[in-house]
Amino acid sequence: MNHARSYPAFLRDAVGVATDGGWPFYTWMTLLTALALVGVNAWAQQVVGGMGLTAMSDHVSWGLYIANFTFTVGLAAGAVMMVIPAYIYKDKAMHDVVIVGELLAVAAIIMALLFVNVDLGRPDRAWHLMPGLGRFHWPVSMLTWDVVVLGGYLLINLHICGYLLYTRFLGRRPEKRWYLPFVMLSIAWAVSIHTVTAFLFSGLGGRPFWNTAILAPRFIVSAFVSGPAFIVLALQVIRRVAKVPIPDAPLHTLLGILRVTVLLNLFFVGSEVFTEFYSGGSHTASASYLFLGLHGHNALVPWIWTALAFNSVAAVILLSARAKSQLWLADIACALTFVGVWIEKGMGLIIPGFVPSTLHELVEYMPNELEWRVVVGIWAAGLIVFTLGIKIAVEIFAGRMRHQLPDAEPDEPQAAGGA
Amino acid sequence: MEDTSRRTTLKALGATLGAAAFARAMAPLAAWPEDLSIDELLQRHYKELSRDDMVRVLRRLEQETLDQYGAVVTIDDVRPIPEVQFGYALNLSVCVGCRKCAEACHIENNHDRATNQSYIRVLEIKNGSVDLAMGTVDYDHAVPKKGRSYMPVQCHQCDNAPCVSVCPIEATWKEPDGIVVVDYNWCIGCRYCEAACPYHARRFNWHKPEISAEEINPDQAYLSNRVRPQGVMEKCTFCLHRTRKGRLPACLEACPTGARVFGNMLDPNSEIRWVLENKRTFVLKEDLGTRPRFFYFFDK
Repeated sequence: MNHARSYPAFLRDAVGVATDGGWPFYTWMTLLTALALVGVNAWAQQVVGGMGLTAMSDHVSWGLYIANFTFTVGLAAGAVMMVIPAYIYKDKAMHDVVIVGELLAVAAIIMALLFVNVDLGRPDRAWHLMPGLGRFHWPVSMLTWDVVVLGGYLLINLHICGYLLYTRFLGRRPEKRWYLPFVMLSIAWAVSIHTVTAFLFSGLGGRPFWNTAILAPRFIVSAFVSGPAFIVLALQVIRRVAKVPIPDAPLHTLLGILRVTVLLNLFFVGSEVFTEFYSGGSHTASASYLFLGLHGHNALVPWIWTALAFNSVAAVILLSARAKSQLWLADIACALTFVGVWIEKGMGLIIPGFVPSTLHELVEYMPNELEWRVVVGIWAAGLIVFTLGIKIAVEIFAGRMRHQLPDAEPDEPQAAGGA
Repeated sequence: MEDTSRRTTLKALGATLGAAAFARAMAPLAAWPEDLSIDELLQRHYKELSRDDMVRVLRRLEQETLDQYGAVVTIDDVRPIPEVQFGYALNLSVCVGCRKCAEACHIENNHDRATNQSYIRVLEIKNGSVDLAMGTVDYDHAVPKKGRSYMPVQCHQCDNAPCVSVCPIEATWKEPDGIVVVDYNWCIGCRYCEAACPYHARRFNWHKPEISAEEINPDQAYLSNRVRPQGVMEKCTFCLHRTRKGRLPACLEACPTGARVFGNMLDPNSEIRWVLENKRTFVLKEDLGTRPRFFYFFDK
């Protein structure tokens, strides 16, 4: 096998598949591209005009960008909820579709990295963060840990996806030694990315709202809500739109996971709320601001109660017997809890950390239009990556994208590097 | 065959349109290079610059200030004095909350005029408490008001500074004389330090600072009061461009009640040493373990 020839062929065919489809595909991709460009444009304005074009301030110095960063890291980590049943519990049905989770991990990490980068005041100096090139304040700064774990997770998942797709493209069976160790690594790594991201916040003694040991467990369990919820919805769309015969079994496995994690997530939030409010004192100020409003400032109150309502309704639906037979009910629960976690771990977590400020000033924050444009742009970019990944995978698994060998003899398995 | 070529044409058209739209979306970036030079882009960290490098950087920054603000300024790299550990103390019994210190800081440190920026915030707190939650910075009446006391807060130059720990690129660090500084040309503007600081001591340049040529204080240092670039953090430096040359901080000189005491804590004859040895002092949020070098004290 000559990889120097077949790998470029793989890439060429992948580009071909990625740019070819019916009108629904073109419409979807044009829409996403347009939205992504709106985001690019808003970001370009922000770079030139300054971060002052956002609604952030010295009081609330992180906003919608870091909120979405936190959520998308969770989404990436949550994808592992397909990997564990597929590889640890040898769930055959899940194994057939596990690539969806791995591609989601790639797309979500790319989004997370974009969300941090648009939050930089000086993106032209982003190279200062590169180990070796800049001055990497490792291991002291948790942000350097995040660079390591997020970059590593992206590479691991790119390798797994690339290797599995490439070998299938060649018409071969993937060799375990080339991907299984990486899959196992990715499971531990998935936990690390969200733990480190939680430590970014919980390590700050000056912000009592974040300075709590339950933050990392909360992050992990909410990731195991948002990840499976997104995948359930994605699988439903894929089997309808791309006409891929995906059985119900993996959906039921994911819903079984959700039934537990949605409740655990509510329980963790409840524990937090109890500790905050029962003990009281000035460290409760942020929680009061979030849940009840403080001294007439209550911008986040409707957000957090929406999140709690969505997550609670989702829990009830998932626990009902009907959701097991009627999947459309489960779809609704997934959509609700996806939005619920997005609020709870985004706006509901980042903003109250800053309100009131460390000198107890009450300055509120609501994202402005420019920030929404950037955020929508990055979500569109993430969906572009995810859609194209899925499309290429579907074509390869269906055998429609297959390497044309001049001499079609299956050759010796050899040291084939992944993508 | 016909269908294939039609498809190819459409794809090419789509790609062209996409590229054009991308260029259009990125168009605002064209205005960026006005404030951005290659030298700036590739500049190394403060601690990695040789003496010669530093001289070149300082001349370039002076030229940039002239080009962008029309002001002739002198920027020095003022280094710490050996055997000096700076400390600051503030007498809460005599502070009247006039905010002259905040104003002096604003002028001395070439702060953005549009936002009336300053490194000092003065809290007005009801008597009977030193709880910050009981305070306000937005008071707008004659001072001192009966039944109120005043607490100016600025960077505490902590010995265990959370802002320094969290910085992912060592753009902020503690100098040998105890002052926490920022390399404005190395900071990437992630604002993690701003989230980490328990004293609201850090400021971000949300826009390019606005300041007229005649208002610019021309006596500047690389690590302190030079006009900061857009998109980076800044903070109080105990006026190191003054204090490292034997002068006092601008906020101290401006104080009409003599509430502020500054000096070398290693000098047994210094006023700061006398205050620390003889007064009941406290630091803000001592429980956080940040070990500030900014002390508050009462007369009685």
